[in-house]
Amino acid sequence: MSTISVEVNGERHTAEVEDRTLLVHFLRDHLRLTGTHIGCDTSQCGACVVHLNGKAVKSCTMFAVQADGDSILTIEGLSRDGKLHPVQAAFQEHHGLQCGFCTPGMIMTAVDLLARHAQPDEALIRRELEGNFCRCTGYLNIIKAIQAASRAV
Amino acid sequence: MYPASFRYLRPATLGEAGQLFNSASDARYVAGGQSLIPAMKQRLASPSELIDISRIPALSFIRRDGDLLAIGAGTRHADVAASAEVEGAIPALATLAGLIGDPAVRHRGTLGGSIANNDPAADYPAAVLALDAVVTTNRRNIPADLFFTGMFETALEPGEIVTQVAFRLPRRAAYMKFPNPASRYAMPGVFVAEHAHGIRVAVTGAASCVYRASELESALAERLMPETLDTVTVAAEEFTSDLFASAEYRAHLVKVMAQRAVTSMLSSRHG
Amino acid sequence: MTLLGRPIKRKEDFALLTGRGRFTDDVPVAAGTLSAHVIRSPHAHGLIRKVDKSRALAVPGVHCVIDGADVRRISDPFLLAVKEPVTQWALASDRVRYFGEPVAVVLASDRYRAEDAAALVDIEYEPLPAVIDPLQALDANAPRLHDGLSGNEIGPRNFVYGDPGRAFAQAGMIVKLTTSYPRNSFTPLECFVVTAEYRPGDGSYDVLSNFQGPFSAHPVMARSLRIPGNKLRLRTPADSGGSFGIKLSVFPYIVLMALASRIAGKPVKWVEDRLEHLTAASSGPNRITIAEAAVNRDGRVLALRLEQIEDYGAYLRAPMPGPLYRMHGASTGAYDIPNLAITNRIVLTNKAPAALIRGFGGPQLYLALERLMQRIAEELHLDPLDVIRRNLIPPKAFPYRAAAGALYDSGDYRRAVDVAIADGRLDELQQRRDAARAAGRRYGIGYAAVVEPGMSNMGYLSTLLTPAARERAGPKNGAVSMATVNVDPLGAVSVTADVPVQGQGHETAISQVVAEQLGLNPDDISVHLEIDTAKDQWSIASGNYSCRFTPGAAVAVHLAARRVRDKLARIAAKQLNVLADDIEFADGEVRSRSNPDNALSFGRAAGTAHWSPGMLPDGMDAGLRETAVWNPPELEPPDDSDRINTSLTYGFIFDMCGVEIDPVIGAVHVDRYYSMHDAGKLLNPMLAEGQIRGAFAQGLAAALYEEFIYDQNGIFQSANFADYLVPTACEIPPMTTMHMETPSPFTPLGAKGLAEGNCMSVPACIANAIADALGSEDIRLPATPPRILESISRNPPGKEPG
Repeated sequence: MSTISVEVNGERHTAEVEDRTLLVHFLRDHLRLTGTHIGCDTSQCGACVVHLNGKAVKSCTMFAVQADGDSILTIEGLSRDGKLHPVQAAFQEHHGLQCGFCTPGMIMTAVDLLARHAQPDEALIRRELEGNFCRCTGYLNIIKAIQAASRAV
Repeated sequence: MYPASFRYLRPATLGEAGQLFNSASDARYVAGGQSLIPAMKQRLASPSELIDISRIPALSFIRRDGDLLAIGAGTRHADVAASAEVEGAIPALATLAGLIGDPAVRHRGTLGGSIANNDPAADYPAAVLALDAVVTTNRRNIPADLFFTGMFETALEPGEIVTQVAFRLPRRAAYMKFPNPASRYAMPGVFVAEHAHGIRVAVTGAASCVYRASELESALAERLMPETLDTVTVAAEEFTSDLFASAEYRAHLVKVMAQRAVTSMLSSRHG
Repeated sequence: MTLLGRPIKRKEDFALLTGRGRFTDDVPVAAGTLSAHVIRSPHAHGLIRKVDKSRALAVPGVHCVIDGADVRRISDPFLLAVKEPVTQWALASDRVRYFGEPVAVVLASDRYRAEDAAALVDIEYEPLPAVIDPLQALDANAPRLHDGLSGNEIGPRNFVYGDPGRAFAQAGMIVKLTTSYPRNSFTPLECFVVTAEYRPGDGSYDVLSNFQGPFSAHPVMARSLRIPGNKLRLRTPADSGGSFGIKLSVFPYIVLMALASRIAGKPVKWVEDRLEHLTAASSGPNRITIAEAAVNRDGRVLALRLEQIEDYGAYLRAPMPGPLYRMHGASTGAYDIPNLAITNRIVLTNKAPAALIRGFGGPQLYLALERLMQRIAEELHLDPLDVIRRNLIPPKAFPYRAAAGALYDSGDYRRAVDVAIADGRLDELQQRRDAARAAGRRYGIGYAAVVEPGMSNMGYLSTLLTPAARERAGPKNGAVSMATVNVDPLGAVSVTADVPVQGQGHETAISQVVAEQLGLNPDDISVHLEIDTAKDQWSIASGNYSCRFTPGAAVAVHLAARRVRDKLARIAAKQLNVLADDIEFADGEVRSRSNPDNALSFGRAAGTAHWSPGMLPDGMDAGLRETAVWNPPELEPPDDSDRINTSLTYGFIFDMCGVEIDPVIGAVHVDRYYSMHDAGKLLNPMLAEGQIRGAFAQGLAAALYEEFIYDQNGIFQSANFADYLVPTACEIPPMTTMHMETPSPFTPLGAKGLAEGNCMSVPACIANAIADALGSEDIRLPATPPRILESISRNPPGKEPG
């Protein structure tokens, strides 16, 4: 067991965790932040993407203890004061989600990509989404939403 | 998909890391963990101690030193891909780093972790070999040609930690990869580099371990054109056959990727 | 103002976008709930010699370990749709028949500990020879899976419609083709989740699971648990992470976890991981089809003969063999072919049991049928588009009774094709092909014309019985949909319907349907699609499958809303002193149409039924809650000649595409893809478009990437997403959709199912384009680069492409 101190969505949490606890389980089971999902267990699908110190990472491929001292942003921390983040709003506007299971990881990936590329073209967006599966939408509306958000951000 | 128990240790220095390793029973080092952690979740790896060396500051740097580009073993793929220093010195290396995994994986995965793991289809080993790099550890320097010894095997001894890789700047170079559509692993990838002392061609994702393709090197040494390789036979005997490609198809792709790499290299701005 | 047909934004989105979804794994569980881990067979076939739990039980935190013998003591095998000795319990007890078959369950305080202990359960197997290839399984000497069966085949069943024998004897030409549709799945991103609690007081089970229906599986589960249905309270969650047919197949695990809870005496939760899901959840069945057409010299098809050999894996779980019969009445597709012969053969192999996945039965049928149409054109040196057009059902023929019994409700297939190819689209495709070929590149054009069924007739599966056996069993038919509209004392409207959530946006569409009737805003309507079998309306047909939403559940919602409207009209008429016929619903008011100032607010009118029953018209019940049941009469049982109207609505799709092949690497590049849809009236074009694009991506995945692969010993090779190739945004090409609307006369909304069609059309269309590009007859899906190169080496560039 280790004691870790992590800032999640601006709030400091100190917790006792088994060393083998995956970050995604810490978020979901210990902090009850269930917006971050598990879709593949082997780091392909991206449903578990959160931001670690401002960068998108797969929280199923990291132990919670490794994040000790770090700052984490999850989907729950993205919208402020009940108002959707521009990427979230664009996903709704362009019907970029159906079942919504990939959506938190997809949005966290999109926010990260827009932080690195202010005006991505379609080809770049497609490339940047190579680690995120969506089985419902066929991706087109997701790409449209990210493009629209890049103009709004 | 839940890992077995282990004890997590986070040393502050290389020295401390080595000591922890020596006093542990069955330790593994972890840096980015992008290969090790999935393996642990499937219980294909179950170390008793996990020594996290990702926070050791001395391992993270990118430094141009004459005709060498030294990159700290803890440097993340994303940082290599985005580095102006790397782009200026060896653009093919920046390209390669940007092709590993996906953006989230590149934010975690490290150079040292990749080459120490030596997955038969990993990208970095091809660059290390083709760029005639020297791998520095906490104990010694190891030339690239002696570093990769087999499938998931390297010259590293128990407890040894890669600290940096010094890549030799080529006149020009290119990396071409045929990625597996889902995992993005190379199947195969070919790194071609033209150095003052000759051509080096390294192939990953084809056999059980990255290797230098001597038949391609000698042909290209004669005449550095993609067409030169038309008549070269890439032998498939040692190649992997799996769900996605037979050994013969891999052999075919090695040649095609080598040709495309040469084409790209000849048209590059360093040409 | 009409709300139907408008692209209303989704009610579902806010929660899903902000991480506030309520998926099954997100729901808090009761204190003391145990985590389950399933131990699975490492052999494709073998005898279980011994299960030793002792070492595992010694692990701290482990509560108990359950094996097949424990399960057999307190449960019965699953009921089958066929009366054959294929028995399966929730756990294998004496014999395993596929790699990944559940053999034991470890229950522990958490999943990490359960997996620690799993490695310490000692199970001894005696491996048996396995049979993986369906054709080999048909061999008399093949290893046999089930001792009670005489071989590995169930059936076969022969069907004859019209006089195919004569047509084949007299035909100018016979064109024959064999296709092999691969085994694949559409892998929802959320895996199976089950929470089960046994309640010893009344011997009942309370279960929460992301089950999708059909709820015909509920009696199957209850029977296995040896309880009446009212003691299996099955709930489905508010959100579900996709399904695509797969989440029917969680039902054996519902039984397993229910039994585990009973044995453990505590609630149990199981979350399937991705390896388990790919290995053992479910897949579509692989099918070999031998298709033959008797044709005239002008390409007119006089008769069709299909031999379909479908591989269901190790067990035939109810409602299998659904995919083999779901399309049955529509086996002639979009074509007017009067004579038809079908032989259906079910084969069992040592693979995981196959079941429903999106489009079930359609992709397999259309790969054969549409490839055959192209082959006919090639054999006769005709343009494939001419052959398609010559055989399409003419517009005047609707409603059209197909040879095997499907009653196609409406359509104008010729016009749909004309619209699709118009405005230079076909010209451009042909120019691109000509230019590519002139430059020595390999480019091909493919077409697919597909009839898309919506809402299955629950009687379709009984077609697999002979008429005499059906007579004995009693006729089965229909497709019941149920919905309830409730209005509270202040006029707030809430709706439930028998269609569990899978992500298609049904809450939004339902709110449109109800708001349309009641003159309200869709935002005013609350829709709750969690199902609780103890409290909600449901039937065996309930569920989210076979595109039953628009032709079924949405209609029930519409009818329930109309009843509320009719009742409110009578209430308001009395208070406004007008006739009920003069009442209209608009702008949140119930008012006189002839004098709109004479009005009540909607809430006031509704409140009367709650607060003031004395003011209601004579004989009217108090309260405002209406349940409607919709069961369209067109869904009759199979007749004595085995004709069956397999579905209620039949939409039409015409796809065309251009692909270019990289002859060096073997990669297929989809250059252009067009998909023309006629799904009757669209309730919400934005949602419709979303369904079409999703199905396109899955159809493309089946055509080029996804396949479940077993080695010759039956060891599964595609068990994670590095080995099972799910396309990403990098792989899915752009696609252009087009729509026309010929409303269905058989449903009050005129809307047809539309979400499965591209899963059916795309593999066939891409295969045809590849065949055209390579000049090759034999196209194997998924068309991976090595397979393309193989095909090229059989058909070197010298040969003129077809």
